[in-house]
This record gives sequence, C-alpha cells and structure tokens, in this order.
Amino acid sequence: MIAALILLPLCGGLAAFFLPSDRFRPLLLPVCGLAHLVLTFFVIQDGQAVSLPMAGNWIAVDPFSRLILLIVSLLFCGCSFYALGYLRYRIVWGNRIFVSCLLLFLSAMSLAAVARHLGLLWVAVEATTVASAPLIYYNRNRLSIEATWKYLILCSVGIALAMLGILFVAYAALAGGVQVSLQFDDILQGAAHYSRPWLRAGFVFLLVGFGTKAGFAPLHTWKPDAYGEAPGLVGALLAGGLTSVAFLALLRTLQIMDAAGDGGVAREAFLAMGLISLGFAAVFVIRQPDFKRLLAYSSVEHMGILAIGVAIGGIATFGAMLHLMNNALTKGVLFLSAGNIHRRFASKRVGEVQGAITLVPVSATLFLLGFLAITGSPPFAPFISEFTILRGIFMGGHYLTGGLFLFFLAVIFIGMGSTVLSVVFGTPLERKGDTNYRETMVTTGTPLVLLLIILLLGLYLPEPARKLFADAAALLEVKP
Amino acid sequence: MDNYNPANLLLLLVILFNFFLLGSSRLGACIRSVAIQGGILSLLPLFLHGISGHSLILAGGAFLLKGLAIPFLLLRAIRQVHIKREMEPLIGYVPTLLLGTLATAGAFIFSDRLPLIEAHRGSLFIPVGLATLATGFLMLITRRKAITQALGYLIFENGVFIFGMLLAEAMPLMVETGVLLDLLVAVFVMGIVMHQINREFSSMNIGQLSSLRE
Amino acid sequence: MLELFLHLLLLFGLSPLLPGVIGKTKALFAGRTGPPLLQSYYDLWKLFSKGLVISRTTTWIFRAGPVLGLAVPVLAALLVPFGSIGAPLAFTGDLIFFVYLFGLSRFFTASAALDTGSSFEGMGAAREVTFSCLAEPTVFFCFIVLARLSGSLSLDTMFGPALNAAWQSAGPSLILVLACLFVVVLVENCRIPFDDPNTHLELTMIHEVMVLDHSGPDFGMILYGAAMKLFVLGALVVRLVFPGATGNVLFDTLLFCGGMLLLAVVIGVVESTMARLRLLRVPQLLVGTMLLSFFSLILLLR
Repeated sequence: MIAALILLPLCGGLAAFFLPSDRFRPLLLPVCGLAHLVLTFFVIQDGQAVSLPMAGNWIAVDPFSRLILLIVSLLFCGCSFYALGYLRYRIVWGNRIFVSCLLLFLSAMSLAAVARHLGLLWVAVEATTVASAPLIYYNRNRLSIEATWKYLILCSVGIALAMLGILFVAYAALAGGVQVSLQFDDILQGAAHYSRPWLRAGFVFLLVGFGTKAGFAPLHTWKPDAYGEAPGLVGALLAGGLTSVAFLALLRTLQIMDAAGDGGVAREAFLAMGLISLGFAAVFVIRQPDFKRLLAYSSVEHMGILAIGVAIGGIATFGAMLHLMNNALTKGVLFLSAGNIHRRFASKRVGEVQGAITLVPVSATLFLLGFLAITGSPPFAPFISEFTILRGIFMGGHYLTGGLFLFFLAVIFIGMGSTVLSVVFGTPLERKGDTNYRETMVTTGTPLVLLLIILLLGLYLPEPARKLFADAAALLEVKP
Repeated sequence: MDNYNPANLLLLLVILFNFFLLGSSRLGACIRSVAIQGGILSLLPLFLHGISGHSLILAGGAFLLKGLAIPFLLLRAIRQVHIKREMEPLIGYVPTLLLGTLATAGAFIFSDRLPLIEAHRGSLFIPVGLATLATGFLMLITRRKAITQALGYLIFENGVFIFGMLLAEAMPLMVETGVLLDLLVAVFVMGIVMHQINREFSSMNIGQLSSLRE
Repeated sequence: MLELFLHLLLLFGLSPLLPGVIGKTKALFAGRTGPPLLQSYYDLWKLFSKGLVISRTTTWIFRAGPVLGLAVPVLAALLVPFGSIGAPLAFTGDLIFFVYLFGLSRFFTASAALDTGSSFEGMGAAREVTFSCLAEPTVFFCFIVLARLSGSLSLDTMFGPALNAAWQSAGPSLILVLACLFVVVLVENCRIPFDDPNTHLELTMIHEVMVLDHSGPDFGMILYGAAMKLFVLGALVVRLVFPGATGNVLFDTLLFCGGMLLLAVVIGVVESTMARLRLLRVPQLLVGTMLLSFFSLILLLR
C-alpha cells in the first residue's frame, strides 16, 4: 500500500513526460492527486505505532509519517485542481516538464515521509530538490533563472552537509562499539551508547543541512528568491509541502538525540534557530515591496515558530504538530491567491499593484483572509496552534522566549499588514502591463476550500485529527 | 604514515588534484581533474574492503557516474556555451591556493585530535576527506562562473564520499546507488540551468545573477 | 682526496656535455639532426680564444659577474655528493651556504646586467630575480624534509646513505620533494616552461637577455658556469632518484654519469613537449610548487 503512494505519482510523472498532448497532460495532475489522497486516507487509518513495514523495515508509517503524508497529499490535491486552470492559462508555454516534475516531486515527498532509513531519507530529500528546481524556472526569465540557480546550489550543498551529518551519526555508532546501521529503529535502540562528540557533530551538520532545506535563518537566503519567482502553485507546494518534509527530517534528528539522552542540547539549538528565524523574518517583512517575497519571509517565520514549539516541549509540541498542518494549508491559500493577483496585474510590487479587491475580488478577499489566518487571528486554526505553543512557553516558565515570540509576531503582523492592505485595497492604477486575466472557479476554488478547512479546524478539532497530532507529539516526549 | 599502502597513495593523489583545481583556470582541465579524482575515489572501496560483490558494484557504479557520466555532461555544457576559461576568482589564484594549503594543513592537524577508533587512527582518510571538503567549499565561494560552482559542489560531494567509505557496512548498496543517481540527475539539471543562464545573460558570470535582493 | 679529484674532474669535464645532450634530444623530437653532442666544448674553446668587447659605461661589476658565475658552481659542487661519492667539503648547516652561494652569483649576474645601463637587461634581471625569489622557499622546504629524514643539516649526510631508508619510510613525501626539486632545476637553469633558452625575441627573453652584452672569454665563463650550475643542481635530483651505493668507486661514478645524462634527456623531453608559460602564470606555478613542498613537509610531520 505504501509502495503505491510512491509509485503512483512516479508512474504519473513518467506518463506525463511521454504524453504528447499539452492540453490533456494537466488532467493527470488531479487524477494522481485524488488517487494519492485516497491512498493516504487508507494508510493513516492504521493506528499502530509503526505500521505497514516494507522492504525489511526501510519504509514504514509512523505518526510523523501520517501527519506529513496527510498534509502533503491534501495540499497537492488542492493544487492539482488549481493547476488545471493555471496551465490552461499558460498553455502557450507548454507544460511537459512542469507536470512531470510536479508528479515526481510528489513521489519524492511521499518517499521522504515514509523512509525509515536515514540514507533513503537523504536520497528522497535530494530528489525533491532536483525535482522542484525546474518548477521554479517555469516562466523562464532572468530573475527566475537566478532564483533557480541559487536554489539548486544552496539546497544541494545543504543536503551534502546533511549527508556528512548522517555519516557522523554512523561513525558515532562505530566509535561507541555498537553495530553500525542507518536503519532508524536500530539507531533509536542503540543511540544511548553512541559516542557523544561524534553524535553532536552529526547533529550540527544535520541541523544545518536539513535546516537549509526547511529555510531556517540564516540559511534561508534562497527562500525569498525561489518563492518570489516561482509560479504561485509551485510556491504553495514548496512552502507547504517541502518545508513540512524538511521539518520531518529535523524531527527525526531530534528523535535520535532524544534516544541518545542528549535531547536538551538539541532543543536548545532548535530554540536558538527558531528565535533567529523569527527575528530575521520580522526585520525583512517590514516595508517589503514584493508581496510574494513577503510570503517567503512569512514561511521563515513559521518555521521558526515550529522550531520553538518543538524545543519547548510538552503541550507546545502538540501545538507545533497542529501548526505544521495549519501553516501548510494557509500557505496554500496565500500563494495561490497571490498568484492570481500577480497574473491579473502582471507585477508583484506594491507600488504597481493596488485595489486588487475591485479587479479580482475573490482572490483578493482570500489573500486578505489568508493573511489574517497566517498571522494568528481567530477564528482561524493558526491562532489555536500559536496560542497552544505560547501556553506551553509560559507554562514552562520561559518568559523571555515568550516575550520575544509575542514581540516578533506583532512586528510581523504590522509589517505584513501594511503590504497586504495596500495590495488589496485602494484604487487600481491604470497600467500598461495589466492583463485581462479573469479569475475562474478553478483557480479560486482550491484556495477557498483550503481556507474553509483552516476555518473549520480553528472552530472545531475533530477527534481523529486530534489523535493524529497527539500521537505525533507523543513521539517527542522526553523520556526520563 | 609510512607505508606504500595503495589506498594512501591514491588519497595523496586526490589531494594533489585538489591543489591543481584550486589553481587552474582552464575549465576543460578542471572538469577532467574532477573526473579523474572521482575515478580514483571509486577505486578506493576495492582497496579498503577487499574485492567483494558489494564493493565491486559500488566501485563500478561510482566510476561510471563520477568518472564518465557527470564529466561528460559538464563538458557538453561548456561546449555548448563556448567557454574555455575562468575569470580571475574573487580572491585571486595565489591566495586561493594558500587558503587551500592552510586548510589541508589544518585538516591533517585537526584529524589527529579527533576521537577515532583504533583502526582508523593514522590513516589518511579523515584528513583527506576534510581537505577535500574545504577545497570544494573554497571553489564554491570564490569562483565566478556557474560551472566552477557546480565543480565545487562535486568536489564537496567527493569529500563526503571519502567519509562514507569508512562506513561501508552502514551504507547498503541501494542507498549508495541512490546517492550516485541523485548526483547524476542534479548535475544534469545544473547543466541545463547553466545553458539557460548563458542564453539569458550571454555569459556564465555568477556576478550577473544579483538583481534579486532584499 | 680522491673525492675532491673526482668531483673536479666530473664537474669540469662532464658539465658541458649536458647542454649538448639536451639540444640533441630536442633536435631528435623535432626531426632534425641537430648540433653535435660535443658542441658546447667547441663553443667554449672558440669563446676563450676570442677577444673581449667591454662597454665604456660598465665598471668592475660587469667583469665580476661572469667570474662569480664560474666560481660559485665550483664551490657549490664541493658541498654536494656526486652519486655515492661523498662531498669533499661538509659542515653542519652547509645547505644554507649552498643556497646562498647561488644567491650570490645571481646577485652579481643581475648587477652586471644592470651595470650595462640598458633597460632591456634590467627587465630580464627583474624577472629572473623574481622567479628565483619564489623558488627559494621551495628549496628550503625540500631541504627541511630531507634534513628531518636524515637527522642532519649537512648536505653530505642528507643525501647520503640515509636516503635509502628514507625512501622506505616516507616515500610519498620524497616523491613530492623530487617533483619540487625538478621544478627548481628547471627554474634556476632557465629552462622551458619558465624561460626559453633559444629565443631571442625581445619580450620573451629572461636569462638570455641578462647576458646579452658579454662577449668572448666572459661569455665563455657564463656558459661554462651555467652548465656547471645545471650539473650541480641536477646532481641533487639524480642522487634523490638513485640513493644506493655499490661500493665500487668506478661503478658508482659510471652510474652517476649515466644518471646525469638521463636527467639531461628528461629535461630535453620536457622542453620539447611543453611551451613556455605565460609570464603571469609562472609566479602562480612557483607558489604552487612551494605549497606542494610545504605539503610534503606536513605529510612527514604527521
């Protein structure tokens, strides 16, 4: 069953590559997306701790995998419907590479979510980098080339550092006299005997490597360029799906450190990275003239929030797990509606885009509501998750962290707000570059659905969902 | 370090190639050096772990990919864009060479202080691995052309490969194959992007890729 | 006594043969017959019987340059073992004396070039001095490696019987030292790829241009001195490659001569297969060689 999760999009991607028709190729996307979603629902039903092992325990589903699979699958399914409208608008550009890479991207992300061998995890994450680079480059202008190159090099080097980290972890086993194995379960069992210096060195490299992929500051420099220049659809998948997968890799690292008894050190590092990311995001969000780059910095901010949540522990970890899903879905809303606005105005800069609410009313409203959601306004779900994390911080007595957290969040709210409001409201200017792009149900349907899910989660958390998040949080319980 | 162990000699050759790469401006020669370096590294598992099915397949696969396929892609990329030479790097060739030598010396000194297991103490793997990582890093940050940045990445991966060889039992064949294939595809995509860079900017100068800021 | 005699005999008798062998090798590569092997001897005979032309603007330095150019290699040769024939003169620290002897001769050659007052020779002098300046650390690093391996600071012991054992214990280091010393031989003797001994084009001459104004016996002394310098520096390289000793003096001497001729052939091959480097790249290559010798020292210290 799990194999189908990975192989289905893979075959879809290959089929898309060989299918000659530009008009019918996009149809593969919602087909594979829906099938993947259905499979995911079946896979996450199984309530055991580690279920459906395959290939000698290389691939299996544990609570983290369930969470990430659900997030990725939901987001991809929504975006695949959006892609129908987008690709029809951009039919002139051709879409063979785009569609194939999108499906391969999904396959790689699924593999990363279910991998239980560190080497396999590495291969999957590197595959996501390689599969997503051509997506950023879709509109083939100078700026997107620059963004693609920076993305490719920075992420590849980061992943190479992560490989070094994995090798150090293996060496820690060798130096500790334990059987060397990169199987996750073996590592968890033997970690207590690992050589401490090597394990810590490995942790640092893994943090830097996968942190580059997730987009923690100060390793985030590729994010504004990549998210800013990629089409909105790609931005949504990167910000929602890829960051979640990278964060999963970081969570696995934290699990290893916990098993070795060094969880305290690891959590301090996470806390530091989280606060630095929040700080960077706050600084760069102020007066940001490009509303897509703004979303990139928001992504950095939320990775920071996730890191802080996981570092504090206790109820904050539950909040972080909930926040993973909320962040992903809300980013979907934001990027997709921003993409619509961009297309209508043919520009991303605040000076040139004004009064979106009159020209593309649905997208502008969704953009505004998405902004309110992502900055933590009730009644949307991110408010619940951020509030839970904050409760955990203050209950744990980390008043300084809590104070900084609130301060940065406030700054970001104000900074983002000024940009978003000036984009949405106001009178539209007469510009030569305006297109006559009309929003259709296909391109506004998905963000609307995603926003409704966020609203629903904010008002009422269904029991199966709560159990999903609680199981995931329990994996990171610090065992005495 | 007092033996003519073929593994040690090969590792020393790797370091010599590192120096050559840091100091050379001829792109074709650089690509071929990285190819030979990859080829040398692919032979090392045979010396380290003996001739077995696992190491033969690993060595063969690594040789094919690192020594033949990836350099072929890169050579094709520079042929398409008609670039033969690198420009003066950000800090000049001589300072780059000096930094590289200092890094190599540092690697040798540092690795003597690492808590290695008995079997690995005194072998050249760790220092050469660290030195190669440093060389790759230097190439990545100081060079101006996209293709030399890609070469820096490959050298960096070579350094990681050297470390990986010490742990061959932990790295089963499937994963090694996956890693190598990933590398191949990454270079393939890089080659394509380089071609597009050249088409857009009429040069492969990374300095031109600086309009995105803030 | 025997060593002194053999040293002087080999030095004075054999050194002019080396340029001849190099020239013959290059000619063979080029498909020509080339000048006869003993051409240098004929040249020296011819030059010593010619008259002297001295410019009115020069001083005694102009005459001193060639004299030192001849005297210094003779003195330096006494410090170096020829094959397994020990050096007649040896004391602790004579490796520094050795390097700076050549520095002395270089100083006087460059001064003689500047003494003529021509900017052309000045340019050549500046270049030559720069290259030698960059090659000096290389020589010192190589000597330090050998000193550490043999445990002594005298050239005689450094290149003596300890070398055999050193090859067993520190082979890779010695291979690098060999490569670096070979590069030093090429630089100091103005061979391709650092300088073209055949060119007489304005912009490309380095050593040739420094000695342009000398004539007759002075020029003869310069040629002889250059050949002897090649011989002495080459002896170091040959000894490094053939560190053994058979015990029979005659056999050792023949082995040594064979090694020197082989070295001359190798230099000829290098000259035929490479082109002279661009002037900008020469300092980079020399710095690279220096770093390589430094690296061989690190390998040893590990």
